[in-house]
Amino acid sequence: MNYLDFEKPLAEIEGKAEELRALARKNEDMDVEDEAKALDKKAADMLRDIYKALTPWRKCQVARHPDRPHCKDYIEALFTEYTPLAGDRNFADDHAVMGGLARFNDRAVMVIGHEKGNDTKTRIERNFGMARPEGYRKAVRLMEMADRFNLPVITLVDTPGAYPGKGAEERGQSEAIARSTQKCLQIGVPLISIIIGEGGSGGAVAFATGDRLAMLEHSVYSVISPEGCASILWKDPEKMREAAEALRLTAQDLHKLGVADLVIKEPAGGAQRDRAGTVKEVGKAIAAMLAQLDGTDGKKLVAGRRKKYLDMGSKGLAA
Amino acid sequence: MNWITNYVRPRINSIFSRREMPENLWTKCDECGTMLFHRELTDNQNVCTNCDHHMAITPRERFNALFDAGVFVEVAVPKPLVDPLHFRDQKKYPDRLRAAQKQTSEAEAMLVATGEIGRTPIVAAAQDFSFMAGSMGMYVGNAIIAAAEAAVKRKCPLVLFSAAGGARMQEGILSLMQMPRTTIAVQMLREAGLPYIVVLTHPTTGGVTASYAMLGDVHIAEPNALICFAGPRVIEQTIREKLPEGFQRAEYLLDHGMLDRVTHRGKLRDELITITRMLMGQSPAIKGDLPPPTAEPEIPELAPPSSAPARTGPKTS
Repeated sequence: MNYLDFEKPLAEIEGKAEELRALARKNEDMDVEDEAKALDKKAADMLRDIYKALTPWRKCQVARHPDRPHCKDYIEALFTEYTPLAGDRNFADDHAVMGGLARFNDRAVMVIGHEKGNDTKTRIERNFGMARPEGYRKAVRLMEMADRFNLPVITLVDTPGAYPGKGAEERGQSEAIARSTQKCLQIGVPLISIIIGEGGSGGAVAFATGDRLAMLEHSVYSVISPEGCASILWKDPEKMREAAEALRLTAQDLHKLGVADLVIKEPAGGAQRDRAGTVKEVGKAIAAMLAQLDGTDGKKLVAGRRKKYLDMGSKGLAA
Repeated sequence: MNWITNYVRPRINSIFSRREMPENLWTKCDECGTMLFHRELTDNQNVCTNCDHHMAITPRERFNALFDAGVFVEVAVPKPLVDPLHFRDQKKYPDRLRAAQKQTSEAEAMLVATGEIGRTPIVAAAQDFSFMAGSMGMYVGNAIIAAAEAAVKRKCPLVLFSAAGGARMQEGILSLMQMPRTTIAVQMLREAGLPYIVVLTHPTTGGVTASYAMLGDVHIAEPNALICFAGPRVIEQTIREKLPEGFQRAEYLLDHGMLDRVTHRGKLRDELITITRMLMGQSPAIKGDLPPPTAEPEIPELAPPSSAPARTGPKTS
């Protein structure tokens, strides 16, 4: 278990309980179970309290937690017959973006998402979930295909943002993102997006402009990273806590603003503490959202999506 | 004549009169350092007469030079919620907004107008970099939607001049949502079969480039304009190497296939007239200075596109 900085007191208590139990295993006549159980309860209470009142910056930390389930985990657990489709037919296949045909509850769908990787090797391979133009162009190709074959599209968003690299710029990062957002708005099939971790700026918009947007309880979606915002507006990247606060990037605030349609509850202590449970909840949410959109005519879907975005911004947050 | 009249008096005069001299009588070109007389510079649309460096130009100045005889009618933009997030960094967002309004005498970072260029009716929208770095917030989003709706209603092309540091952070996620919103505006033009010309000016970056600025039928950029998604500093920090000369400048993007043309500001108006008239199926424009649109009766061939012959070209979807 990787502990976040604010979980340190929790780590200490859990460590103590573990130590006690280890001692008891060595000396059979020692009875520590009562004490260890008390510590367990203390830890559970503390965990609940910490996660009940996560600050926006802490939410960012949780959203970026390396042990959270990633796109690949969701695809493996929720979909069958996943058949990855690769390449943008132009330059390369972007490993930061997974995508392909799959069955969700036996129904054929197109699934697309950012994958961050879960160890050093896969993280580098996946470029930490930062897509290059090829990733967005692959997504456009898959969305187009889904539209032609009448398959709903499900996108799983988890990216720090589009990759700021030389080649990415030369090959038209901006244009690729713009086209992907445009494709999201054009397809006549249901498009459901779930922000499972980080929704980083334009790189997220390119996949998340759908009929329904759900966010996990401790996920974030923002125009800029708190660090980036702090270095521009506070001239000090260390002010990321203040920036995270000001940006109102939490799932709860986004729900109030009408940007997120649904907030999916995470297990106590965040998705990283019960990966299977989280994946299951997301599966239920996808099924529910698909059911809502089922049978809606393609033209109606496009018109409804358009209205949804044109109307956005009519609700503000309370001071 | 003595040293008092020759030296001291002018000295005193200069000290006292300095304050009353308009400070902007002379502008120093930040590229070549030449001192340029303001009127000459204005006549040249803020392009350095010595080195052709394209300086910033406000939407109003641009429209004065763009539209026939400088005549244009502003298009009203629906007002969005002010400060929906109650954003506060070192300053409050409403204070930053007010300061920008005072400094620029404009309501927000985009001006939309209708008028004629070479007797061709168009809708033009221009982003104002001097207003909070031209940043795209809800107002700019509304302005682009209003511009597209005006163009559809008048059945005329939309010419958009982009200039922005990106999305307006002070509006958080709602500024990001202008990426899909403005993309919808572009979609409206496509469905109506109307040309959408983007003129990318210095600088056009971030979410602005990654939405409406890169979705034009024709992309024209002004010389040496910085056009990018991620800025050069961010990229240098990420890849830890020096970027090549001219990276992300207009000419570089032209070489990499992201632009159709790089055009000098002085030639832009003629080029826009030529392109829009061809796309709208209108006859070639009469070159040269035209009198104001109201001074002469309408010439039938040059009537607005509503009465133009049916278009035969392929429709975009």
